[in-house]
Amino acid sequence: MMYDTEYFIRFVNIFAKYLAENKEYLTQLDAAIGDGDHGINMDRGAKAALDRLSSINPKTPGEVMRTVGMALLSSVGGAAGPLYGTVFMRMSIAFRNNDKIDDKGLVSALEQALLGIKGLGKAEVGDKTMVDVWEPVVNFLKENIENGRTLPEICADVVALAEERMKATIPLQARKGRASYLGERSIGHQDPGATSSYYFFKSLCEAIGGE
Amino acid sequence: MKKLINKPEDVVKEMLEGMAAAHPDLIKVHFEPNFIYRTDAPVKGKVALISGGGSGHEPLHGGYVGKGMLDAACPGNVFTSPTPDQMYEAGKVVDSGAGILFIVKNYTGDVMNFDMAADLLRAEGYNVESVVIADDVAVEQSLYSAGRRGVGGTVFAEKIGGAAAEKGWPLEEVKRVVQKVADNVRSIGIALTPCTVPAAGKPTFELEEDEFEFGIGIHGEPGRKRLKMKPADEIVQMMMDAILKDMPLEKGDEVALLVNGMGGTPLMELYIVNRKVSQILDGIGVKRYKTLVGDYITSLEMQGASVTVLKLDDELKELLDAPVHTPALRWGI
Repeated sequence: MMYDTEYFIRFVNIFAKYLAENKEYLTQLDAAIGDGDHGINMDRGAKAALDRLSSINPKTPGEVMRTVGMALLSSVGGAAGPLYGTVFMRMSIAFRNNDKIDDKGLVSALEQALLGIKGLGKAEVGDKTMVDVWEPVVNFLKENIENGRTLPEICADVVALAEERMKATIPLQARKGRASYLGERSIGHQDPGATSSYYFFKSLCEAIGGE
Repeated sequence: MKKLINKPEDVVKEMLEGMAAAHPDLIKVHFEPNFIYRTDAPVKGKVALISGGGSGHEPLHGGYVGKGMLDAACPGNVFTSPTPDQMYEAGKVVDSGAGILFIVKNYTGDVMNFDMAADLLRAEGYNVESVVIADDVAVEQSLYSAGRRGVGGTVFAEKIGGAAAEKGWPLEEVKRVVQKVADNVRSIGIALTPCTVPAAGKPTFELEEDEFEFGIGIHGEPGRKRLKMKPADEIVQMMMDAILKDMPLEKGDEVALLVNGMGGTPLMELYIVNRKVSQILDGIGVKRYKTLVGDYITSLEMQGASVTVLKLDDELKELLDAPVHTPALRWGI
């Protein structure tokens, strides 16, 4: 399958929709083990990104992702701003000037994004962060796409895996970010960054086939 | 909950407009990106001191912009780190060629955003250094956490760094003395109530009538332990035990003290806290060189208090006493 500019614009719109719909929920999750602003910040960032996309009128997937990355970086704040900003910026760099991206290109870009997240935040799987969703999902994608499958074929499994990994953060003790100040009290709560990451992968899948 | 605001999404912008209107002799405000800077910036030959963080901690940091303290402060959304473009643009405005020092509170987001801003400035030839403040003893400095939070010690870091810069010290020396503050300051906070972020509309955590939170940060996040309410003296004893365990003091040591209100605690109560803090320090023969009591680093309307103890030497005493004129702190001028 080939992913074009329109696909990525759809993806961003769907991601923004999930962030808007779940703003309260993400905020609640963040209030339990953080400072209660993840939902508010991501929603604000997503709206800023959509705003900028509509005024810029991007011509390539790379331009879409760079525009979103810069918008998130300057409007989200906190740790989520640099982390998600890096995700979109790294993907835009991977996409270069190409008009369309294939499955291998998409997964390669997601791998770069994951490296960016880990380089910036220094989190590993098990620290109770967005990496707990990103790493297993990207590994799963890599394995399958390398074996010749395409994203549309494995979407249901990708979303299920992301959801399972998001829920798997519940019993973990946080070792990064604000949640880590709580020590054992962070156990029993789902990580907000892992949750918004689940929406990210869900949106990548839902953007397929919507025209 | 009732708040004296207009629309929640406008709180930071309107606060900045109000500050600019109140203190035109001391500060100017730049919007989009937002930052507060001293009216006489850039000051020739002087290192520019920049800090910032989420809004909701006023007077930190905007209230400390002016002569003898910060050159610029970058306010993020409430309890949210500012973004790199804020520090980048502020740096360009206040740098006089003598270099820039960032004072960064140790929170994952603050550190990331200030690091990115430093990279942006360095890419254009600016000389930027940073010192991270991590004075909160409630959190263990460990590989298994994001590290200690930067809290009340930041006020002393900004005052002392500001004095060094005002004296015309070079960047490495200003950094050295701010790092000395960072290495010799410890804090702990407690909360009787949570606070409510305007955009969220409800409190950040729940506390029963008979409970208090021990070892809070400044963003309305829950603390290390939730305990049954006790009289002030017992709570202060717990707080001082935590600080002194981490940074033992000896007879003859001199300290600067900050007995700080989280925003919703009456001054009367802060003085009651200070009474016990002073007794404890006097009891071990530590000299209280200077004491500040009041709201210096707050969490919106949270009821609670924090204690910050800075171990002093002659150099730090001189810089602490140096003149300062900002909206929130003024002496010697």
